[in-house]
Amino acid sequence: MDANIGVLALQGNVSEHIDAFLLALERTRHGSASEVFEVRSPADLADCTVLAIPGGESTTISRLIDKNGLYEPIRQFRGGIFATCAGMVLMATEVADPRIHPLGLMDMTVDRNAFGRQKESFEADLPIASLEGGPFHAIFIRAPVVTRAGSRVTTLARLEQGIVAVEQGKNIALSFHPELGDDTRFHEMFLKKNGI
Amino acid sequence: MKLEELRFGTELLKRGFASMQKGGVIMDVVNAEQAKIAEEAGAVAVMSLERVPSDIRKAGGVARMADPEKVTEIIEAVSIPVMGKVRIGHFVEAQVLEVLGVDMIDESEVLTPADEQYHIDKKQFKVPFVCGARNLGEALRRVNEGAAMIRTKGEAGTGNVVEAVRHMRTIMGEIRMLRGLDKQEMADYAREIEAPAELVIECAERGRLPVVNFSAGGIATPSDAALMMQLGADGVFVGSGIFKSNNPELMAKGIVEAVNHFDDPQVIAKVSTGLGDAMPGLDVHKLREDEVLQTRGR
Repeated sequence: MDANIGVLALQGNVSEHIDAFLLALERTRHGSASEVFEVRSPADLADCTVLAIPGGESTTISRLIDKNGLYEPIRQFRGGIFATCAGMVLMATEVADPRIHPLGLMDMTVDRNAFGRQKESFEADLPIASLEGGPFHAIFIRAPVVTRAGSRVTTLARLEQGIVAVEQGKNIALSFHPELGDDTRFHEMFLKKNGI
Repeated sequence: MKLEELRFGTELLKRGFASMQKGGVIMDVVNAEQAKIAEEAGAVAVMSLERVPSDIRKAGGVARMADPEKVTEIIEAVSIPVMGKVRIGHFVEAQVLEVLGVDMIDESEVLTPADEQYHIDKKQFKVPFVCGARNLGEALRRVNEGAAMIRTKGEAGTGNVVEAVRHMRTIMGEIRMLRGLDKQEMADYAREIEAPAELVIECAERGRLPVVNFSAGGIATPSDAALMMQLGADGVFVGSGIFKSNNPELMAKGIVEAVNHFDDPQVIAKVSTGLGDAMPGLDVHKLREDEVLQTRGR
């Protein structure tokens, strides 16, 4: 299916997600007439089949979602959402931090900066059962973790500190950054899940 | 997963961290209270300092890394990343800031240089670095030393955007010019600007620097910030511009929104309304030679 893939472009790793989706489309040879574009306003969102919420600073993105009148439109959005790092924080029902206004779209509690500061950021080869082709090389940057996953949330990967990859319905949320590097398997998984 | 299977402090993690700051505003703060105001306004990170650049100018003397107590106070006050400045070449100040837990180190010409020959060997650190540059040669020499982010220098503490514009136009123009050169000409150009040829070629292929490029040094209003974004900056540093203005909270919020909507003059008009006075500005042409900061660290 051809689709309109929106990447929330308020702050953060926007262009990398756009490039990763373009590469994923090229590799799967599906939806070759699909478009990938930036979403800054409710009008942009109305054109989207699916949405990605990229990594960045979650407090900043949360504030700009409210400021740009995107909070309710994203909550009402019918398509799947692919959320990475800061995106994962925003998708939660609960975040133990008053500075975040979470969207509450996935039944989970998320802890920000769960591994510590930048010097504790790390790369690791993560075994993921539902992904073919071996472990996924994951980049964790001041990453969050899921500390509680509700009954409708499926865990895809976990580390000692908590759950780092989840799905619920058409949504996927990851603690790490699949858009850094050229392994597009998670982007492909998300597109497939949404019939693209 | 065992700890030994995890890799820390890699080039990808450093550049990845820098990339997360894109489209954001990094604000200079000198205490916990200012840090909280910056965070509340939507800053992506704060730069912890002893004094903002305009006060460094007034104070004169040797400007050094901030007191660790101050850096720790700021780290504890906010959840966004905290950066800190060290003197050019002062790798021990950098070791101290790394131990304190700052998320990025600015090897900055705003402080008094500790080494007039060498910059810090930034590849020896787990924490990422940002460095200033006025042109493509300076930028690529810093990237070659391990900088994960470049910021155009501008002229800090002046509230005058003219040098920031000059440096951003210079770098963007040099990269555009590269696209018309063949490989041999690029290698020749690399020698001329004293930069590694492979980094020059990478810039030509990507049409941009190998790392994110922010703007700094003289941004004092929402319009200044949007100007730098339209000229090609990935984000902005605002030093004295916020806490030396009449209403720091409004100025901070206005600049964040102007960066977010940098191509929408209607929004910039709205957020520029009723801000009160911006910081007092200086004419950069009237600075004495020893007052010019941008020439430090080539």
